[in-house]
Amino acid sequence: MLNKKIDWRSTLRQAMVPLLFIVIIALAIPLSGFSSAHLIGEILARFARDTFLAVSLIIPILAGMGINFAISLGAMAAQIGIIISQNFFVGGIPGMLLSALIGLPIAILLGWFAGSVMNKAKGREMISSMILAFLISGIYQFIVLYIMGGLIPIQNKDILLSRGYGIKNSIPLEIKGALDNLGNIKIKIPGIMRPLNFPIATYIVIALVCVFVVWFKKTKLGHDMKAVGQSQRVADSAGMKVDKIRLQSIIISTVMAMLGQIIYLQNIGTMNTYNGTDQTSLFAAAALLIGGASVASATIPNAIIGVILFHLMFIVMPNAGKNLTGNPAIGEYFRSFISYGVVALALVMHAYSRKKAAEEERKALHHQKAKDKLADGGAGAKA
Amino acid sequence: MALLEARNVGKDFSGNVVLKDISFSLDAGKVLGLCGENGAGKSTLMNIIFGMPVIHETGGYEGDILIDGKVVKFQNTSDALEAGIGMVHQEFSLIPGFTAAENVMINREPTKPNAISKITRQQKLDKVDTPAMHESAQESIDKLEIELDSHTLVGELPVGYKQFLEIAREINKENVKLLILDEPTAVLTESEAELLLTAMRKLSAEGISIIFISHRLREVMDVCDQVVVMRDGLIVADESKGNISIPEIASLMTGRSVDTEVQTGKELEAYKPEGDVILEITDLFVDMPGEAVDGVNLTVHEGEILGIAGLAGQGKLGISNGIMGIYPTLGKIIFQGKEVPLNSPRAAQEMGIAFVSEDRRGVGLLLDEPISWNICFNAMQIQDLGLKKVLFFKLRDEKKMAEIAEKYIEELKIKCTGPDQLVRNLSGGNQQKICLAKAFCMQPKLLLVSEPTRGIDVGAKELVLEALKKYNRDNGTTIIIVSSELEELRSVAGRIAVVDEGEIAAILPATESSAKFGLLMSGEKLEESAS
Repeated sequence: MLNKKIDWRSTLRQAMVPLLFIVIIALAIPLSGFSSAHLIGEILARFARDTFLAVSLIIPILAGMGINFAISLGAMAAQIGIIISQNFFVGGIPGMLLSALIGLPIAILLGWFAGSVMNKAKGREMISSMILAFLISGIYQFIVLYIMGGLIPIQNKDILLSRGYGIKNSIPLEIKGALDNLGNIKIKIPGIMRPLNFPIATYIVIALVCVFVVWFKKTKLGHDMKAVGQSQRVADSAGMKVDKIRLQSIIISTVMAMLGQIIYLQNIGTMNTYNGTDQTSLFAAAALLIGGASVASATIPNAIIGVILFHLMFIVMPNAGKNLTGNPAIGEYFRSFISYGVVALALVMHAYSRKKAAEEERKALHHQKAKDKLADGGAGAKA
Repeated sequence: MALLEARNVGKDFSGNVVLKDISFSLDAGKVLGLCGENGAGKSTLMNIIFGMPVIHETGGYEGDILIDGKVVKFQNTSDALEAGIGMVHQEFSLIPGFTAAENVMINREPTKPNAISKITRQQKLDKVDTPAMHESAQESIDKLEIELDSHTLVGELPVGYKQFLEIAREINKENVKLLILDEPTAVLTESEAELLLTAMRKLSAEGISIIFISHRLREVMDVCDQVVVMRDGLIVADESKGNISIPEIASLMTGRSVDTEVQTGKELEAYKPEGDVILEITDLFVDMPGEAVDGVNLTVHEGEILGIAGLAGQGKLGISNGIMGIYPTLGKIIFQGKEVPLNSPRAAQEMGIAFVSEDRRGVGLLLDEPISWNICFNAMQIQDLGLKKVLFFKLRDEKKMAEIAEKYIEELKIKCTGPDQLVRNLSGGNQQKICLAKAFCMQPKLLLVSEPTRGIDVGAKELVLEALKKYNRDNGTTIIIVSSELEELRSVAGRIAVVDEGEIAAILPATESSAKFGLLMSGEKLEESAS
């Protein structure tokens, strides 16, 4: 009886954030004045764009390292890969594969670096990963702005700045729509003018990565990560190589983020070279958290629900805000406010539940005899 | 042939000898009970047998450990595990979010290869075989004859079951021959402890040898075939069960030689407190990790020195920390007729209670500050001592502080270069004297002292205890001393309260025999053992 009650409450607590956003969106949709066809079309496109990135955050959370804000590093690796494949004028699916192939070693290297730093900063992984993303961003910008076209020869003059070295800030990509247009289905819904785009290949890739994560959790390595995530001390005393396991989780996450960024960019079609990766991790994290994940537990449904709700909000909020206040800028304001707000909320809620757990632990300190006596006393008082 | 044999095993930590000439043997399928006070060397001996890295890192050990007649030199615990030794530590190593089976099989999960793991040749990518895992874990759990489903989450289990799971994990390992159980019954209720003893008998019947460390002597007598008593790093008794009784073990554990006992007995007359009641504690509960207090009632009289004794983990340290409000506390504390606000170290100090913490370097001192600051620190916070008023600001009066420090340096014979020396650079004994000076400086009406001689050398011990006695004599200050060294308490205190399982088991005059104290600390009731 008692157990069930607690379960129900904790379930509600987990579902609180998604429920809150559902209510906000339900109120905002009528205000925005968008048709449902427009909304569904937008969601289908954005879901294909962002889900991979949100999923890439799950494995470090499993390993107890919180939200890996350093997935931006994976995104940078992807952009370097894309610049180089763009340089050879390789587009379409081969262009995506070439970008991934070039990005892979860079992502592994950066992931290894990020993981090593986070192992040195145990207990402060999230803030370390965030600062690390800023640091590596500086190095990435230096390479792209000065080295490329200089030390690294770039033949494709279209992507070079007019001064002869450095990459342009905005590049139309050869790989635009490569995956989305592969077996794209147009669904005609009666009563709607435009047919809906359903990028089936992208959805298959997303389904595959979800299956991968579910499968991975069941492997020995995934199981070990779960153990490390729950208690490094116990995992260590059972003979696990805790640091190595944590490192592996960050490398896997970074590589997945690299692939996720390539999928993201082929959907967008143009690459924002210098600040395209700035908010990759923030938006992915916000989406995952809105889906009901916490910094200590995250699942595939969290990612899927989160991406849908997050983007639905992004679509309707600017218009709802404009219709309500007459100021279109309010939408952009909402965007950052909600993203940072939800991350802050998740952190506060995590701190709160950790405090609860500590209190429980404190109660468990007492000698058994006292516990029995306290229980007896409670019953006796009632009788 | 003995399964385990120790030959002349000795160990010192940088010159400090903790084990001397330890020799004993244990046959297969037998249960050995290991008794001894805290610091007798039990843990170090077990660490050697289990190959804990701390032994290897501090220069190894003398003598030989033999398993099945062969000399072994374990470098780490996995060597010991391979040789068939399993150890259940006092501290649980369980993951609350995992099922019982996942915990029992941790890092030894049965796996099945799959396409990806075959292609990449990574065994780490094998899938965990959950049904096989539950089957194997359930088998080990059933061996212990407890009712527990391997699918249950450990976080939802009562403490007692966790202890059984730890044991299940050890016996689940292949070829386990020797189990070391360190105080496994400490967290169990009586009925659970009974179940555990039954399980131990069953395991030993299956040929597994067990070393059972417990301070509950009744349990030791119940289940063991052989009893080894350690004191001060030596084995003082190694008998088969029939040849030794509980009171004998108790006095062997605690007693120094009989002579000193008589001396202390003569020195102090049977003590009855005379002064008015100064402190009255009712139903005190303290959430101090590892030292929880569960319903202590205690009356302290003005001008007396009261000792509080007890084994580690029984809650004696929680009492003083609770009175000071350092850990979350419940109950009622009346000091000089006024109720002390709980959980407020400041209020307790303002009422005239001073505290010398057992955590000298953590709570007691500001290590990177000079002696004068340290001595005046609390008095400055509470009583504005060593401060001068300049306009609206209170500033430190360095000259006054130096004067105060000089006074105590001389009184307590603190060896230092002067009041400006940093406390970090002092020896343990002198640091402890600074802690005392800091408390004296507040001119307390009640002084709480926790473990005043922990980690300091013999000479300094005498001086510290003497200083406390002198302060009590000169100022009539009531002092409560909490210590795990019974002999030390008996040399300064009039009455000694023995704490067991978070409660006061009894208060005895310091002149009582050490056997009686030993029995009380071992969770025995005096009336029972008298018969």
